[in-house]
Amino acid sequence: MTVEVWTTIFVIITFMVYLYIGWRSRVKDSKGFFIADQGVPAIANGAATAADWMSAASFMGMAGLISSLGYDGSIYLMGWTGGYVLLALLLAPYLRKFGKYTVPDFVGDRYYSNVARLVAVVAAIFVSLTYVAGQMRGVGIVFSRFLQVDVNIGVMIGMVIVGFFAILGGMKGITWTQVAQYSVLIVAYLIPAIAIAWQLTGNPIPQLAFTFGDVVDKLNQVQLDLGFDAYTQPFASKSMLDILFITIALMVGTAGLPHVIVRFYTVPNVRAARYSAGWALLFIALLYTSAPAIASFARYNLINTLHDQPIAEVQQLDWVQKWQTTKLLTLDDKNGNGIIEWTPTEETSDVKISPDIIVLSTPEVAKLAPWVVALVAAGGLAAALSTASGLLLVISSSIAHDVYYKLLKPDASEGERVLVGRIMVGFAILIAGYFGINPPGFVAQVVAFAFGLAAASFFPVILLGIFDKRTNREGAIAGMVSGLLFTTVYILGVKFYGMSPWFFGVSAEGIGTLGMLINLVVTLVVSRLTPPPPPEIQALVENLRTPGDAPLALADIGEEQLD
Amino acid sequence: MTSPRVPNYWRQNTALIRTLLIVWGLVSLVFSILLVQPLNNISIGNLPLGFWMAQQGSIFVFVALIFIYAKQMDKLDRQYNANPKQK
Repeated sequence: MTVEVWTTIFVIITFMVYLYIGWRSRVKDSKGFFIADQGVPAIANGAATAADWMSAASFMGMAGLISSLGYDGSIYLMGWTGGYVLLALLLAPYLRKFGKYTVPDFVGDRYYSNVARLVAVVAAIFVSLTYVAGQMRGVGIVFSRFLQVDVNIGVMIGMVIVGFFAILGGMKGITWTQVAQYSVLIVAYLIPAIAIAWQLTGNPIPQLAFTFGDVVDKLNQVQLDLGFDAYTQPFASKSMLDILFITIALMVGTAGLPHVIVRFYTVPNVRAARYSAGWALLFIALLYTSAPAIASFARYNLINTLHDQPIAEVQQLDWVQKWQTTKLLTLDDKNGNGIIEWTPTEETSDVKISPDIIVLSTPEVAKLAPWVVALVAAGGLAAALSTASGLLLVISSSIAHDVYYKLLKPDASEGERVLVGRIMVGFAILIAGYFGINPPGFVAQVVAFAFGLAAASFFPVILLGIFDKRTNREGAIAGMVSGLLFTTVYILGVKFYGMSPWFFGVSAEGIGTLGMLINLVVTLVVSRLTPPPPPEIQALVENLRTPGDAPLALADIGEEQLD
Repeated sequence: MTSPRVPNYWRQNTALIRTLLIVWGLVSLVFSILLVQPLNNISIGNLPLGFWMAQQGSIFVFVALIFIYAKQMDKLDRQYNANPKQK
């Protein structure tokens, strides 16, 4: 059977499973719709968080970026995992203890202010929309390549599927669908990783094959021969300061992303929130520690398959033809000698390959069986759809819960709130679909913006809300607005208006770190210059800091009960 | 909850967080970025150590840190919550 047939089979089977789960967990009330009745066990919540978190960018873009960046690609590996340590230690348990519906809920209540709530809503929508844009594009890429349909039709199929389980099941439906999607995406990622590790090094465990095999060594040599920097050479494309800033921005941004934070509201108690973060990172680490292996193996294979080969022969390869039609791979014999030459400079190099397709094309380059190739496509779809649905729910709950219920109509009935939530999911899907059809940039790069913005807005305001009792309404609002404004202006300026990266050459991706520091300083200073928070707020903070009051039970974390 | 116990619980909690975050910063920001070049002179398996820390090692440490935190907090909770079954 061909790749296309296998893909169709896998996509249909997995989608039937998602739809069935979405139907099974349909909800009627707002607690189920927004926070899954707070009944998700820690280990399942960990898997859902991992799926929610690992987007099209993680699944398809990341290994590709690492592959072309070498050491400098570590920013994504450390940045997108290190944030979970911050989240688990500094935010998640307290937010669960606070126990409301959304991140703006915390900000609004802790800072006793509807203005703060509104700023947080705007930031949440802004961050989530930036992020969701990349996901729909990811769906489109997978469909266009593997089902041979137009990218736009692919995006629309994705919209219908996400819409079905998000509108029907809300957070509850999404959670259990995401558990299934995690299983699909991790299997889809690990099978080719194991196969290629086995093929290249004789060791089936990618993490060990990467460390103890000789592929990276050989790749270093090949890269030097072609005139590139060695693969393991640090700071080849970015300065040390830039690497440091980007890594911190991605870490702090991860901890501040509203669709990740909200996942810790769905567990039964504080203890489950702590373990849930651990499970989430463990599940994420399964993919993230395989990614550097895939990245180096893929690059080694690609160079060997393409470089120094007759172009006429390479053009015959099935995967080369199909990726060329998507324009994500171009082969162009610039000096007309009939041989492909892969060089570091764009003017002379005969190969141009988009980082987005490295993971998707790897199994084919390594000549793995068609069903493996198809499985990767189904995994990529699972990754994109699960993240898209998590983001859509954040957008809808920010509007339905925080704006409609808390600000506009506090006497709204349960039914009304859920209805508004459903309508808002629908709206969000239309916007996400628009971005999927008119993508603002390539997948991983768009996502990087969301992190800078989340780092500069949410992280400081939640952190200080828990750890600094003196932080008040005035400080929080001033901090969020200044951090968000600075970061937005710098990113837009550098990316779209030709502004030079004037802060020691720190790139747009890394500037969120400075935005966060500005936010922290402004919040602390303004708070000290204005009146302290009222006593009841100080009591609320005090309460967040006391030991967990929920009973410790077997079901909480999926392991033995405490004695 | 009697009053002097809460500050103690909080103090022990923040001390634990501080220790774990220092480890977090060391493995990621210090070893993997600031000191990557000197560390690359040492190898682990077939890889330079600094490169390995940045691409694999730090992630393994991150996972361990979160589970250590959860386990230690279980201990603290038990210590300060005489009967966890009651509120």
